[in-house]
Amino acid sequence: MTPRTLFQKLWDQHHIADLAGGEALIHIDRHLLYEITSPQAFESLRSTGRVVRNPELTYGTTDHLISTDRGRGDDTVEGGKRLIQAFRKSTQENGIRHFDVHDPQQGIVHVIAPELGIALPGVTLVCGDSHTGTVGALGAWAWGIGTSSVEQVLATQTLSVRKPKTMCIRVDGSLGHGVTAKDLILYLIGQIGTAGATGFALELTGQVISEMSMEGRFTLCNMGVEAGARTTLIAPDDITFEYVRGREFAPSGQAFETAVASWRQFAGDDGAIYDHEFRFDAGDVAPQITWGTSPEQVMAIDGAVPDPAHITDKEEREAAQRALEYMGIQAGLPVMGLNVDAVFIGSCTNSRISDLQAAAAVVRGLRVASHVRAMVVPGSMTVKREAEMLGLDKVFVDAGFEWREPGCSMCAAVNGDRVPEGKRCVSTSNRNFEGRQGPGARTHLASPAVAAASAIAGKVVDTRNLGAG
Amino acid sequence: MEPFIQVKGIAAPLPKLNVDTDAIIAVHHVYTLSKTGLGKYLFHRWRYAADGSEIPDFVLNHEPFRTASVLVARANFGCGSSREHAVWALADFGLRSIIAPSFASIFYENCIKNGILPVTLDEQLVEKLLALLERDPACVVTVDLSTCHVVFPDQSVHSFQIDAARRETLLQGLDPITVAAAHEDDIAAYQCKDRQARPWVWAQRTDQRAKLP
Repeated sequence: MTPRTLFQKLWDQHHIADLAGGEALIHIDRHLLYEITSPQAFESLRSTGRVVRNPELTYGTTDHLISTDRGRGDDTVEGGKRLIQAFRKSTQENGIRHFDVHDPQQGIVHVIAPELGIALPGVTLVCGDSHTGTVGALGAWAWGIGTSSVEQVLATQTLSVRKPKTMCIRVDGSLGHGVTAKDLILYLIGQIGTAGATGFALELTGQVISEMSMEGRFTLCNMGVEAGARTTLIAPDDITFEYVRGREFAPSGQAFETAVASWRQFAGDDGAIYDHEFRFDAGDVAPQITWGTSPEQVMAIDGAVPDPAHITDKEEREAAQRALEYMGIQAGLPVMGLNVDAVFIGSCTNSRISDLQAAAAVVRGLRVASHVRAMVVPGSMTVKREAEMLGLDKVFVDAGFEWREPGCSMCAAVNGDRVPEGKRCVSTSNRNFEGRQGPGARTHLASPAVAAASAIAGKVVDTRNLGAG
Repeated sequence: MEPFIQVKGIAAPLPKLNVDTDAIIAVHHVYTLSKTGLGKYLFHRWRYAADGSEIPDFVLNHEPFRTASVLVARANFGCGSSREHAVWALADFGLRSIIAPSFASIFYENCIKNGILPVTLDEQLVEKLLALLERDPACVVTVDLSTCHVVFPDQSVHSFQIDAARRETLLQGLDPITVAAAHEDDIAAYQCKDRQARPWVWAQRTDQRAKLP
């Protein structure tokens, strides 16, 4: 029997039928919905007289448009309330479990899916959002889709998929002091480029990965799409199984043990061949920060902004020059020391309890610089409650951070939580495109510790210099 | 969906790398329950100044490109967010095909679902086409899916590759949902077998499906 990669096993497990022209019909075990990319899908179902085939495999949350203000309801940015209410109506009509505005388990879709045991090893999981690959950290085949595909899953519980090629990135060694999962994935994107994995199912392996916590693994897989990966996967192991144990929608008791036995098979076989492989050494990774307007425009935090004149490719050079102008920074100078106007700790990349703990450890007993607006948006109501039990909210509020209600918030400014025009924000989110956090906003992506430290200092700092742990 | 056989029309040059879907349609323009009427928001930040006036040197703001049916761009077009609204905006503007050296995966799939043909051409050829479009006032190209050829303004002919499945979908105007639904027996058989083999996938749900009217 030919050795199979993890991805090949997931493909084989979910393959229903071959379709004409080389695509295959793939079963979707878990379908996640939220309020922006589903309305047209539900409307289309209604107009074609179709029903949701498997509402029991379908879950919804309200996360993108939702306000992060205390005491929030449906009110949000102009035009948003209509979508929140339309989504509620659709989930109610179709018997879909919906973690709605006032639900005690509401949160960002890619935070609650694993937290509640909805995402599990060995499942296929899709959502109309590009960061769906986050839960690939559990050894699930998860990917982002558009609204037309959302409609197909609602109607048939399948998608018609062209099989991607496989890529493996192996990272050996161990991460240095003060270097986190966020730094690692930013480094990898910088190395292979924003289209380095386009069209590939990307598997992450190596000592660093196998030693990493689940929350670190979520951060890694979350940003695989920023290198173009169609899906990002980590083989499940004992760390994964312990994470899943006891979660609300996960199997329990004997069913859990049976499932674990099944999940153990979802590792790549020895000798499995990938279409492409990269190897990196974790020791080469320093804390990272983006300097430009693409996640691949990233550097070591203690480095100097690269000079576009050294870029040989004409288009890349022009893009880098444009990025420097937009970001208001100069080639050859450090990013450290740049004045910061805003700090955002949140998003599906870094809003879990360990992220908040890392940030809190940096700011405990200190104060946010007076000119900085700093906010912490926990990834879910569950994370928020746990953080409050640990007193993290008090640490943040005493330091001068806003402690907000869960949602996507300032990552994409969908709900109006924006960085003002021309202002500089250090953000724990996943995209630094022009205008991502608001028209004219200048985004620097970094880890929670770097973001927290920069809020205190009022400028970009390297946490290793602070001696914070 | 309307079949796509061929388009012959004005091609607008957009010589930018990594055009992301936030640039194609800003997030505050996607608060809609509809798929139509989004053309006015296409590339809004590049087309319009803060006061709503047109930015004169943006390609879609001057002739003959206001009626372009083809867009020519650089690598990794459509990266970023999965929002299909980006494709709806392009379609509503009147664009029917996009030519670039590469596309982001989700965006590419969204194009196919909406009858827009993404054409992948070698980077050197795309640069040649961009240069021709800068010089030639007529700026007409032909994109022919039946023969998989593009005809440049200088009448040079270039072939392109596209997956058989996607080509058929576009040529015939197929609805992927109808195609999938025709496999209902296979889907039912798969699910029946899976309930036995992997019972942990099949959630024990206490909330019942609402009775439909």
